[in-house]
Amino acid sequence: MNILDKINKEQCKQDVTAFNVGDTVKVHTKIIEGTTERIQVFSGVVIAKNGSDVQESFTVRRVSFGQGVERVFPIHSPRVEKIEVIRCGKVRRSKLYYLRDKIGKAAKVKELRTDR
Amino acid sequence: MKGIIGKKVGMTQVYAENGAVIPVTVLQAGPCVVVDVKTQESNGYSALQLGFGARKVKNVTKPLLGHYKRSGADSNPPAVVREIRMEQDPEVELGSEVKADVFNADEFLDVTGVTKGRGFQGVVKRYNFAGGRYSHGGGWKRRTGSIGQCEFPGRVDKGKKMPGHMGNVRRTIQNLKIVRVVPEDNLVFVKGAVPGPNGGLLVIKSARKKCAEAK
Repeated sequence: MNILDKINKEQCKQDVTAFNVGDTVKVHTKIIEGTTERIQVFSGVVIAKNGSDVQESFTVRRVSFGQGVERVFPIHSPRVEKIEVIRCGKVRRSKLYYLRDKIGKAAKVKELRTDR
Repeated sequence: MKGIIGKKVGMTQVYAENGAVIPVTVLQAGPCVVVDVKTQESNGYSALQLGFGARKVKNVTKPLLGHYKRSGADSNPPAVVREIRMEQDPEVELGSEVKADVFNADEFLDVTGVTKGRGFQGVVKRYNFAGGRYSHGGGWKRRTGSIGQCEFPGRVDKGKKMPGHMGNVRRTIQNLKIVRVVPEDNLVFVKGAVPGPNGGLLVIKSARKKCAEAK
């Protein structure tokens, strides 16, 4: 398994922003349209993290125009330019799938306060 | 025709330049030693006999050591020997090394290996039969169902798919695209899956039916 580990490690980005499930993040993704390239930002709550090494991915959920939208990003993809943590969330589980059934204020994640 | 002996390292994923994820199998391709060269003139066919891996001298039979002697491989005998048929007589020297760098990215390969043994399996797993219903009064679940007609023809068709031993057979997967070659470690990355378990022996050849696309 050593060879595979090496291959996986080589492909991993070294400077990935640390974030946790429940955090509100902005994900900057590269969009290639023909020859032009631009950055698109998707912001929302991280509701799940899956996999490890190169295969690690995370799911971001947001409600736009009353419609829930979820996107899955591979952390080490060259398309994912930058991840910004806007707000840390206080959560007690690793997968926040229960947010899918909540509407409005109930769908909010409490902020994690570290100064206390 | 290019060929080499190797083993399966395992599967992982790599990112393409445009960011797409490609599922790849990592193959350890070589290094192989040329044990024998078969020519049209002396053998009636053209082939390259390659050796792969390592075996202790004391564990190799004397007749085999004698065969290895001609290529100088008797001091460091290979564990496995396979022949790779060529269209023309190969112009390589006995004892020379064949490495993964004979292949280039974007070429296509045929990879032969022995599939994982699954033992005696039913018809649902072995041939993807649909099986019966589990509810609504169903009652035959994963069984074969009818295997024939009536008094005419009065027998079961030859080749009828029935339960039996599955896996542990030699299989070739054709037209696997090379995603990347790492010559230093003799690694070849191909898109898609390859028969057998991790560490299983493979014979890797350039594809018979597909050439690299001209760029």
